[in-house]
Amino acid sequence: MSGTHAHTAAFVRTSEIPPSLPPQNEGGVGRWMRENLFSGPINSILTLIALFFVIRLLIFVVPWIYSGVWTADSLSGCRAVLEGARGACFSVLTDRWHQLLFGSAYPHDATFLSFMTGVPVEDLRFTSGVRENTNFFQEFFFGYWRPVLAFILLFVAIAPILYQDLPRKMMIFTGLYPFVAFWFVWGGSIWLPITLLIGLGLAYMLYSNLAKQSFFMGVLAFLGVVIILFLNPITMVFGLLDFLRDLIAAMGWERGDNSMMLADRFQGAASIFPLNAHVVEFLSSIIPIELQSVASRDIGGFMLNMILGTVCVSLSLPLGIALALGRQSNLPVIKWVCVVFIEFIRGVPLITLLFVANVVLAYFLPPGTNFDLILRVIIMITLFAAAYIAEVIRGGLAALPRGQYEAADSLGLDYAQSMRLIILPQALKISIPGIVNVAVGLFKDTTLVSIISMYDLIGLIRGPVLASTDWNGVYWELFSFAALLFFVICYGISQYSQWLERKLQTGHR
Amino acid sequence: MKKSILLGTLTAAGLVAGAATAGTLDDVKARGTLNCGVVTGLAGFGAPDTNGEWQGFDVSLCRAVAAAIFGDPTAVTFVPTTGKTRFTALASGEIDMLARNTTWTFSRDVDLKFEFVGVNYYDGQGFMVPKALGVSSAKELDGATVCIQTGTTTELNLADFFRANNISYEPVPIETNAEAQQQYLAGACDVYTTDASGLAATRATFEAPGDHVLLPEIISKEPLGPLVRHGDAEWGDVVRWTLNALITAEELGVTSANVADLSAGTENPEVNRLLGTEGNLGEMIGLEPDWAKKAIMAGGNYGEVFEKNIGENTPIGLARGLNAQWTEGGLIYSPPFR
Repeated sequence: MSGTHAHTAAFVRTSEIPPSLPPQNEGGVGRWMRENLFSGPINSILTLIALFFVIRLLIFVVPWIYSGVWTADSLSGCRAVLEGARGACFSVLTDRWHQLLFGSAYPHDATFLSFMTGVPVEDLRFTSGVRENTNFFQEFFFGYWRPVLAFILLFVAIAPILYQDLPRKMMIFTGLYPFVAFWFVWGGSIWLPITLLIGLGLAYMLYSNLAKQSFFMGVLAFLGVVIILFLNPITMVFGLLDFLRDLIAAMGWERGDNSMMLADRFQGAASIFPLNAHVVEFLSSIIPIELQSVASRDIGGFMLNMILGTVCVSLSLPLGIALALGRQSNLPVIKWVCVVFIEFIRGVPLITLLFVANVVLAYFLPPGTNFDLILRVIIMITLFAAAYIAEVIRGGLAALPRGQYEAADSLGLDYAQSMRLIILPQALKISIPGIVNVAVGLFKDTTLVSIISMYDLIGLIRGPVLASTDWNGVYWELFSFAALLFFVICYGISQYSQWLERKLQTGHR
Repeated sequence: MKKSILLGTLTAAGLVAGAATAGTLDDVKARGTLNCGVVTGLAGFGAPDTNGEWQGFDVSLCRAVAAAIFGDPTAVTFVPTTGKTRFTALASGEIDMLARNTTWTFSRDVDLKFEFVGVNYYDGQGFMVPKALGVSSAKELDGATVCIQTGTTTELNLADFFRANNISYEPVPIETNAEAQQQYLAGACDVYTTDASGLAATRATFEAPGDHVLLPEIISKEPLGPLVRHGDAEWGDVVRWTLNALITAEELGVTSANVADLSAGTENPEVNRLLGTEGNLGEMIGLEPDWAKKAIMAGGNYGEVFEKNIGENTPIGLARGLNAQWTEGGLIYSPPFR
């Protein structure tokens, strides 16, 4: 080509001219600042005011953090080190982090810690001994390996749900995770979660066989197997009868007589239930695999917030979908049950539900009843969140054009298929921001359990830590730490949801 | 649909255990551990320490009762309660006794159907002022700004006191003790008023506690004590006389250090009766003969418990004051062991 032009043009450029730099004040930082910070007199003034406050804040906060004391053993110790200068007393975190993260009395595994560090186990019985003989990482990863491992595995378990590209076989672990995590956190015999898993598997198989003929029969069979295996049908029935009789007596129709408690009379027969307790006992006597068992009351700190947050979000999502679909149902009974449930729960503050879980239920349950407080709270928070999620999803369902429903019908899909294949994928996609909003709010709301005297992160700070004579008066450091932990989790959730929205964006808008 | 099944399971699952009908003492013995309601955290009075072990003045009473019953001061399940959940926890049977700096009042005793078995701390509302103010009596506080927690009896007591003395004040309403500390230190109010023990504990956390004084006036009665449910007098006796045993032990000079020697037998018949080497007091109350000895060994006598948790050598630094033995001009007084 260039050859043909060689005699007609004096010079032919064969390569592109490199773009020259923009003029000095039309590029780089200068232009960005002019466009974003000083684009007009009002913006310039606002920028300067904002800058003034940001700098003042930094001048106030940075030296406070920088000169923080990390190694004192009490607030007065911090003050002695600081000698009147301003500075944070982060020593409370180095002293009490194990309580803030895992609860006031969550036991560390002295045997494993001793095995990994070579320190004699007698020196590691108490936290003070652990602090003298091991470093932070050893205590965190080896002393508290159970909750730490449960936390790490949580990410493995939710990864295939969050990222569709991962191999689907990972879902098997996701299904197993609740049982694994339960065993790690609560300890006890390994046979309890295993029998739970097998029993639930059996119940599900029965359900899926029967549900082909009748959904209702399937559900009944599922519940029947669960009750026979894991609960006590005899005391449940007679306890309920006793309760009803007491109720009638309380209304004045008949004199109540405690010596006639049916549940007591049938105690012998009742002791064969729950069946899985015997199986667990038998298996543990043959192959005893146990972790030190931890009482629910000793589980607390940020771990409690995490447990409540993850369990309640993952349970309330399917329940919320069911409620949202139920509210659109053509069957009046289902529709009105769902409507009443949603409107009732949404009309009641979460605090009230938590008080019901803690206080009011205690009045109705017989004394000595061991109905786990964490379980009660999980049920209440789940119901609360489910009502909100149901409304969010209903919004998503309402946003779908009617044509989508009709298209599903015209393809000959039945109700379940049309929901699963056509309606819900679209409705849920629209609902993502709302669902994430509920999830983040729910996670932060788990701190409300401190009001019913559970030692979650906030309850621990306000209770044991601030009440200790060593740390009474340290507020900013503790609450900043709590804020940081919550921010990390909530920001992570929010970032994931934005990524998911971008990924699912298929150009409808 | 889903809801009704769920609630049904919930109700039924709760009824699994069946009702207990025996007396509280038998229940506790059968269970092998005492369920004791305590505060979620109050400096000196009750909180778990770094190891998760409960410590404090009220906590020691739970341990003493457990020691009296089982001979083991660790046989206690501590149930933290807030001001809002404490009474329902006791009334519903979730806890066997409540030792949570609770003021003995008419309505709590009569209307809420509880039985206060004694007083382990006589508290009262006091005033704290900066030393620089130069005030030595609450009656000199005419025109002062006062930090006061809203919605409490302290608010009413304060109004009564100032009206009775015909002086004026300006209230600065605050919500929590933490807020009060900050407001007071920032100079938003001249005076901070709440229970005297709380004032002392708050002052102990200040950077310069010496710059603040507690005024001598105590303007209300706040007798704090352990309580049990109405209707089980035998159980109430166990808690009442465990507290009395600790008080009597101090009066008679029985301490955790010398109790082992004294229980070999002494010249003093009341000490002998207390420690179970003479008479059959243990049998009467349904416990071992040496129940009181074990209770004293758990954490010491009343005076030792006081000194260890809230006494003048602790950061809380409370003087005995009203809580001295009656022989030393205080109100702590136990009926005789006879």
